[in-house]
Amino acid sequence: MSDRPHPFLIVVTALVYLFLMLPLVIVVGAALSDTTYLTFPPQGLSLRWFENIFEISAFRRTIITSLQIAFLGTMIALLIGIPAAYALNRFRIELPKWLGTLFVLPILVPEIVFGFALLKSFTVGTGAPIFLSLLIGHTLIVLPYVVRVISASLASFDFSVEEAAISLGSSPVKTFFTIVLPNIRAGVIAAFILAFITSLNDVSVSLFLTGPGISTLPIQILAHVEQFFDPTVASVSVLLMFLTVAVMAVVERTLGLTFLAK
Amino acid sequence: MTQPLDLQAVSAHYGTTKVLEDLSLSVQAGELVSLLGASGCGKTTTLRLIAGFLTPTTGSIQLGGRDLTRLPTHKRDIGLVFQNYALFPHLSVLDNVAFGLKQRGLGSSERRKRAMAMLERVGLSALADRAPGALSGGQKQRVALARALVIEPPLLMFDEPLSNLDAKLRVDMRVEIRQLQRSNGTTSVYVTHDQEEAFSISDRVAIMNAGRLMQFDRPEVLYRRPANTFVARFVGFENIIPFKVVAREGDTVTAETAGMTLRLSQAAYGAIPDTFLLATRPDGLMVSTDPAAEGLPARLGLRTYLGRAYQYQCETAAGQLIANGSLTNPLEAGTGVKLVPMPEQCTILASEGTR
Repeated sequence: MSDRPHPFLIVVTALVYLFLMLPLVIVVGAALSDTTYLTFPPQGLSLRWFENIFEISAFRRTIITSLQIAFLGTMIALLIGIPAAYALNRFRIELPKWLGTLFVLPILVPEIVFGFALLKSFTVGTGAPIFLSLLIGHTLIVLPYVVRVISASLASFDFSVEEAAISLGSSPVKTFFTIVLPNIRAGVIAAFILAFITSLNDVSVSLFLTGPGISTLPIQILAHVEQFFDPTVASVSVLLMFLTVAVMAVVERTLGLTFLAK
Repeated sequence: MTQPLDLQAVSAHYGTTKVLEDLSLSVQAGELVSLLGASGCGKTTTLRLIAGFLTPTTGSIQLGGRDLTRLPTHKRDIGLVFQNYALFPHLSVLDNVAFGLKQRGLGSSERRKRAMAMLERVGLSALADRAPGALSGGQKQRVALARALVIEPPLLMFDEPLSNLDAKLRVDMRVEIRQLQRSNGTTSVYVTHDQEEAFSISDRVAIMNAGRLMQFDRPEVLYRRPANTFVARFVGFENIIPFKVVAREGDTVTAETAGMTLRLSQAAYGAIPDTFLLATRPDGLMVSTDPAAEGLPARLGLRTYLGRAYQYQCETAAGQLIANGSLTNPLEAGTGVKLVPMPEQCTILASEGTR
């Protein structure tokens, strides 16, 4: 038995990484091209397409809208999802089984159907503002992730720990914050990242809910590609990639990402 | 500080299922009482009712004259030790022990002082800064014990505290628990399914079955004088033989079972009713090869070696009985013998309609 991996394994691993990374390399390359059309390998190096993003006001606005929606939607989903996941696990025996399934429904229904349904029933039905529709739509599509991830965290939490704290004189509400929450912290953070990124990258639901004046970044990218073929799309994509990496990096720096592997 | 606990006619339901029926139990101040029984007998339900995690459908629970029945758990002031330790994984050993003191509004230096003193008592002061995850099972249970004791509760409760430990440690820990409980004089309720554990550390033991209290007494009494067939079987009276009195002659009673008669002395057995059950452990039936002995005729079956004795499966007209015979004289299967009940190891039970 040797500790060195088999050469074949190394080759396969390298190929998988290549397969995963190559498209990203191409996008980055295209974004840096000096030409006025999308091309790879880049001809001439320039950052002007990055500057261009910020010169097009639609991109500026949609980046901000996307970040706002992703952040607020995730926060609301956590506010609903944490207590829901807690109740589903704490009272697993008492509660009917289908109740847990209820929270997964939004990802079981095809997103495009879900988006259309929201448009018909909510936006058109109530005449609600577009931002509110988007926020509700995104909250609903990320809620299943939040409930699932936090449930997984709570499944390994021993509720007698909670009972011990209560028996020692800590009220149930206080116990939730001082004992339960610190012990599912990893799950909450994982849920935050997953929900935030899901919302940031969503197309299908947003497609129906965006409207005049308000759009999200992925929808704006689509709209842009329909009209122009310049490398701005590539540079926006790179920006989106870096936003995602930035979120991960901040989490890694402050809390460590190792918990995601747990 | 030490207070008596009083349960009055407590019943509990789980949905529509009755899990505890009319339980009345008084634990004296400073006493350690065990609730003993198989799983589902209601012992854990009783503990959870006293702790306040469940609410009784009827009845009342009093601790030192204070009515606990409707009081929320966190106001009950009860120390709890759990089977799986239930330590706070994100807090150090010291902070685990100090947790209850913090809830009582003590300052941090006072908390530290008292928690350290308590850790000292359970021999873990060197591990104060460790995380609970880094401790062995026995150490975890000591921390849990310290955490429950440090708040100086008027009542301490244990829920199968030793069942996750190995056999040797279990015996050490139960002695330790008993010593701490004795020196603190804290009224204690101890839930277990382990008879030896319950009998060895308790002042009194409540044997429970199917949500009812079967017998509540000192271990010595339970072991020698079970009050009914359930308790008799539970404490190892494997032979329970129904008899009917056919003649009384002064002190001597002649009783009959399945065509066999036996003469019993009331001086040795106490008053014998007209129909009764004779209950005994295998040790209480002497295997005699003397055909004139006053016993039940039997034919020996399988012999097994127990170390201190041979055990025989015996065929009698009243069904199969189990008896222990001496090591010096092993007998072969098929031997006809007399099984002679030994009064000091037998008990007379009232007939119950069962069996």
